[in-house]
Amino acid sequence: MPTSLIDADSVLAIEIGTVSTRVILFDVVDGRYRFLGHGSVPTTASAPLNDVSVGVKEALDQLHDITGRVFFNPDGQIQIPSQPDGTGVDACVATVSVGPPLKVVAIGLLEDISTESAKNLATTTYAQVVGSMSLNDRQKTVSRLDTILQLRPDLIVVAGGIEGGARASVIDQLEAVGLACYLMPKEHRPEVLFAGNSALVQDVQATLGSITNLHISPNVRQSYESEQLTPSQPALAQIYRLVRSRQIRGIQEVDLWTGNNLMPAATAFGRTIRYISKEYAHTRKGVLGIDVGASATTVASAFSGDLILSIYPGLGLGENLPEILKLCPLSDISRWLTVDVSEMDLRDYIFNKAIYPNSLPITSIELAIEQAIACQAMQLAVKQASKAYPPDVLGSLPGLLPWFEPIIASGSVLTKAPNRNQTLMMVLNGLQPTGITTIAVDRNNLAASLGAAASVAPLLTIQSLEATNFINLCTIISPVGKAQSGTTILKVRMTTEEGQESELEVKQGTLATLRLPIGQAGTLQLTPLHRFDVGMGGLGRGGTVKVVGGVFGVVIDGRGRPLRIPAEPSRRRDALNKWLAIAGTG
Amino acid sequence: MLASVTHILPVAAIRRERLMPTEGRIIARRGQQVNPSDIVAEAVLRPEHLLLDIGLGLGLSTKEADQYIQRRAGDEVGEGDVIAGPVGIGRRVVRSPRSGTVVVAGDGQVLMELEGEFSELKAGYSGVVVEIVDDRGVIIETTGSLIQGVWGNGKINYGLLNILAHDPDELITPDMMNVSLRAAVVMAGYCEDEKVLLSAEETPIRGMILASMASSLVPAALSVNYPIVLVEGFGKLPMNQEAFSVLSLSSRNEVALNAESWSRIGNTRPEIVVSTSEGAFPEVPTELASFAIGQTVRVVSPPYKSMLGTLTNLPQSLSRLPSGVLAKTAEIKLSNGETVQVPLANLEIIG
Repeated sequence: MPTSLIDADSVLAIEIGTVSTRVILFDVVDGRYRFLGHGSVPTTASAPLNDVSVGVKEALDQLHDITGRVFFNPDGQIQIPSQPDGTGVDACVATVSVGPPLKVVAIGLLEDISTESAKNLATTTYAQVVGSMSLNDRQKTVSRLDTILQLRPDLIVVAGGIEGGARASVIDQLEAVGLACYLMPKEHRPEVLFAGNSALVQDVQATLGSITNLHISPNVRQSYESEQLTPSQPALAQIYRLVRSRQIRGIQEVDLWTGNNLMPAATAFGRTIRYISKEYAHTRKGVLGIDVGASATTVASAFSGDLILSIYPGLGLGENLPEILKLCPLSDISRWLTVDVSEMDLRDYIFNKAIYPNSLPITSIELAIEQAIACQAMQLAVKQASKAYPPDVLGSLPGLLPWFEPIIASGSVLTKAPNRNQTLMMVLNGLQPTGITTIAVDRNNLAASLGAAASVAPLLTIQSLEATNFINLCTIISPVGKAQSGTTILKVRMTTEEGQESELEVKQGTLATLRLPIGQAGTLQLTPLHRFDVGMGGLGRGGTVKVVGGVFGVVIDGRGRPLRIPAEPSRRRDALNKWLAIAGTG
Repeated sequence: MLASVTHILPVAAIRRERLMPTEGRIIARRGQQVNPSDIVAEAVLRPEHLLLDIGLGLGLSTKEADQYIQRRAGDEVGEGDVIAGPVGIGRRVVRSPRSGTVVVAGDGQVLMELEGEFSELKAGYSGVVVEIVDDRGVIIETTGSLIQGVWGNGKINYGLLNILAHDPDELITPDMMNVSLRAAVVMAGYCEDEKVLLSAEETPIRGMILASMASSLVPAALSVNYPIVLVEGFGKLPMNQEAFSVLSLSSRNEVALNAESWSRIGNTRPEIVVSTSEGAFPEVPTELASFAIGQTVRVVSPPYKSMLGTLTNLPQSLSRLPSGVLAKTAEIKLSNGETVQVPLANLEIIG
């Protein structure tokens, strides 16, 4: 039973991922939430078990062995709330990312306006748009009907009609949806999300309510100029939960434990990033979270509490891995390799990894390949996600990553890299931050669980973010400008709390570090040269900034934005390895 | 820890579900003996509909038109059959332009499902239909040698096995494709030339079993009309000795190739089944196993990819791999005599 001011004492977080299922126990110790332990087993969604609850229970057995906590009551059910004898937990939250992307058909009025918004909305969950329809595609109702029946989508997203705008043409668009659902067996009918003109909600309910699994969310296109995807996220998360419950055995049972609050992992990750952005609103910068997982790469960009969530199943490192080759040439991946691997071997590795997504890199060659792929996945994901950023977002130059504070990296390839300098270089090369920012690693991959827990135990989320779960890798300063390689572009003077001073002249094309131990505060005096922009208010403007030390202290990335790396393979590998070594000296 | 299992068995009882993606018509009956190419079920995967505006056709309002609709949902109509009317002195009618079934009639409209093209589901195995799965398909039981692959191009067929590979990693070249292979299922080592796949289609062969293939050939492999099953994966990988032995001993036997893609959640996997003579009553192989000392295992990733070995030790604590990654591992004595440490995640039990 809860015994303190904290609303729900012990919290069990369950994560059902593509590769692993984890259970994490948090409890209040000395008035603060603590991470008590976790259990982890391979996810059991696949044959021969085909039931994720088996894996969850096995992971709970592990957690029982570690913590001594008994989770199940004599009836074999998870005990919520906890009992005076210590059995059970007070709250259970869960996230899920296992399973194929939802197949989505996007419907709108104008192809490049509302249909595009319907497609964009689909990217905010684990989904793949398999078809789209617009008023201006001139398809007949019956042709649309056949398309829907052939595609057999899990979800149909209908947008269209700005507020106060079109009505009749939107309802016309629904005719094919209604007919298709009517003709499908009930158990195979897709979920339908209406995110169009709110004046039509009653008409839509009258047209589709009785024959479809209809969901209503706020209009994604309130006007021609603005797109608002975030208000539709709760409905989309609900749909994802329903579809997954039908598709994968055991999800429903876990969902019941959470009080029907099971969340897509990416949505939960986004919640955490949004929360952090509120805390960092004073910086006037956004907060960037990137999670490179087996099922997808997720980019959560939050600006003063407004979240832009972008999920790319095609950039997941699991079974979908070969999809990345549809988005970039192989050379874009091989350019990040620190070892000599032919493009043929790289391609073969990608295809083999998709067959065995759980496999781990045994030698440094495979590790380098996986890190190169992660690097490219991050770059592609952020490039795509940044298209949805508000026009007034602060940054150095269009086309470069805007200013963020902090950047949070999650996902095993980043957080479980054998050496932290590998993590840092993946983030620096993949994201290419600009200005001044902190790079933190979600070292226990807790960000998604903390987001899921925010509704039942907000203090857990707050206290865990303050705790050691997020390791500060470094403060990174990335000057933006033009200069010949080898030209001094920035002078840095650092004064630590103890009064120790160090100075550095940073040359174009180099990476440099200043030692500042974790948690120790320091003051940087930055003097950019040649009108370089260090994010202090304009070209060539410098000043003083307070920083906190990280694993690698302060890192100045003078390699240029966008980053240019040598074209010749051996020189490129030398450069990448040199930078990797320098990053490790901080 | 539960382990992934790959079956490579000289003889096994095999029980497989063959399902269509949607409801359709089951053609096979329970107890029926089937060949791999026998059609067991069929369904219209690409339905085609027609919406007739009766009001417009009869020159009436929607409400008036409803009174003249002669057909109701479920009615089958032929091409030229009257759907609605007659109306007025001219005895105006609306006829069906094609044959099909009325699915909805009302509000001045008639929606018809046209007679679409049936997609056929083949048995995929020689065996006996032991169960009908609603309107979706059948379960077939058979006995034979079973070799599970890791990648398939989605096709299915069967034929007599013709062994082209004398060694587990022998390269297959276009000149090896000749008329003597017509209608055969060929077994070869490594393929790196697209011309091999295209020549095989022209021959034509009925299927190809490869140890491995260059991944750049995936688009070509997906486009050919015969099944291709990879036993090991992509890149130059020799076929493991167990599979090579089973297949080498099956020359001129009937072999069924079900090259469906490997979907762990969908419970599908590319498979090769070699028919064996009657008389053997083997057990259905287990799908559920945990790692244990003495098991034969296969390594699924470099640098030992596709090598078989015997599990000799299961350390309790985590081990650091040469890459620096910490993982639960097993010690494996490879068939070449070398003992190596491999993460459990990179192993599968062979049995």
